Amino acid sequence: MCLGIPGRIVEITDARRKLATVEVMGVRRQVNVACILKDEPIEALIGTWSLIHVGFAMSRINEEEAALTLDVLRQLGEAQAEIEAMKASERMLAS
Amino acid sequence: MNYADEFRDPIAARGVLAAIARVTDEIGATREKPVHIMEICGGHTHAIFRYGLDKLTPPGLEFIHGPGCPVCVLPMSRIDECVEIAERPGVIMTTFGDAMRVPGHRKSLIQANADGADIRMVYSPLDALELARRHPDREVVFFGLGFETTTPSTALTILQAAADGQTNFSVFCNHITVPPPIKALLDDPHMILDGFVGPGHVSMVIGVRPYDFIARDYGKPIVVAGFEPLDLLQSVLMVLEQIRDGRAEVENQYSRVVPDDGNPVSIAACAEVYEPRPSFEWRGLGEIDASGMRIRPAYAAWDAEVKFGVGYGKGPRLVAEPDGCRCGDVMTGRIKPHSCPQFGKRCTPEMPLGALMVSSEGACAAYYQYGGLRLEEAL
Repeated sequence: MCLGIPGRIVEITDARRKLATVEVMGVRRQVNVACILKDEPIEALIGTWSLIHVGFAMSRINEEEAALTLDVLRQLGEAQAEIEAMKASERMLAS
Repeated sequence: MNYADEFRDPIAARGVLAAIARVTDEIGATREKPVHIMEICGGHTHAIFRYGLDKLTPPGLEFIHGPGCPVCVLPMSRIDECVEIAERPGVIMTTFGDAMRVPGHRKSLIQANADGADIRMVYSPLDALELARRHPDREVVFFGLGFETTTPSTALTILQAAADGQTNFSVFCNHITVPPPIKALLDDPHMILDGFVGPGHVSMVIGVRPYDFIARDYGKPIVVAGFEPLDLLQSVLMVLEQIRDGRAEVENQYSRVVPDDGNPVSIAACAEVYEPRPSFEWRGLGEIDASGMRIRPAYAAWDAEVKFGVGYGKGPRLVAEPDGCRCGDVMTGRIKPHSCPQFGKRCTPEMPLGALMVSSEGACAAYYQYGGLRLEEAL
């Protein structure tokens, strides 16, 4: 929960609510990007890597940092748990 | 498992480990009279055990595992109140999976779910808000917990609910803050700590200035650290060097993610939605002044405590822990997890008695999981 996971922003889905789609280890989900948005059009975030915490992009990171962080999270078993929690939440909403 | 696979830069790791051994020696710390460094964050605790860093560092350096696992410090009375809300007709309680197995006095959320309460695990408070949109006839409550890292997520979700006029959604707020329990630990007359490894992602939100009091008022070093094993080792070395040099400063080893002033959008959202409670109860530590957040009256329509008449000041608070549970002594560094008579017997990750056994970030669960599987064996 506290460690988060790196994801790359691939699409802006709701500019008013500051929502975007991120790709995390091949899994896509919607996140809120308000916390990393600076004085710029929201579309400028596409392609940006960020640490994602419980559905919120919290800190921009570079691609190298993203890869290193993912390695650690995999070794801690947190990456798998995070992806599983995302998928389970999506299934719950769909049911 | 081998050393080269575990560290992305094994040569650098060996160098830092050698420096840690040298500085520990220069301080004069020994197995009998060790230097005590507390890692505050539960994620750091998990990483220290996963990589066996406590075994790679010299015996004169002892890690004390801090109160930085939000699930672990959640008092039983708050679980009881959460169950009470979940059992109301029409309620869907939503929570992070971590909180499901935390024992309450009466039952855990997982037991309440088995008994018929509608309790669902969500990845994000945004999913709880979406559930409220899809079930306008139900009351959807989100069990909001966590330190400063997750507080902005519920603050922004409440702001979104307010903007959308989504009134069948509320948050049962249990957000807590890092600095007050650190102050409480430093004020403890039995305190043995010599320095701190500061939390990475909490600091990403609040910055490093809220730790100034640790250096200024208590004369203790603190270094904010990242989560890679090399980050942790470098941070420990920085703390040790401060101790050796007689310095007490706030240093930031994780500046690639942690700005000194934190994240301004997050800080503003939290200040808009939340205010400090006069005090909040921590499992194992008791009541600590201004250590918990509550929802401001302006957002009372999204405050589950107001909506359901449950919470602080609404009933007697039972503060007793389960019989024989010594989580409090573990959290203050008085005993090690395996010194607790319940460890691995009445208390296991499958059937936790105390909260430190519940989450992978809890010191007892980490001891249990990694006790026999250490990096040193591969060296």
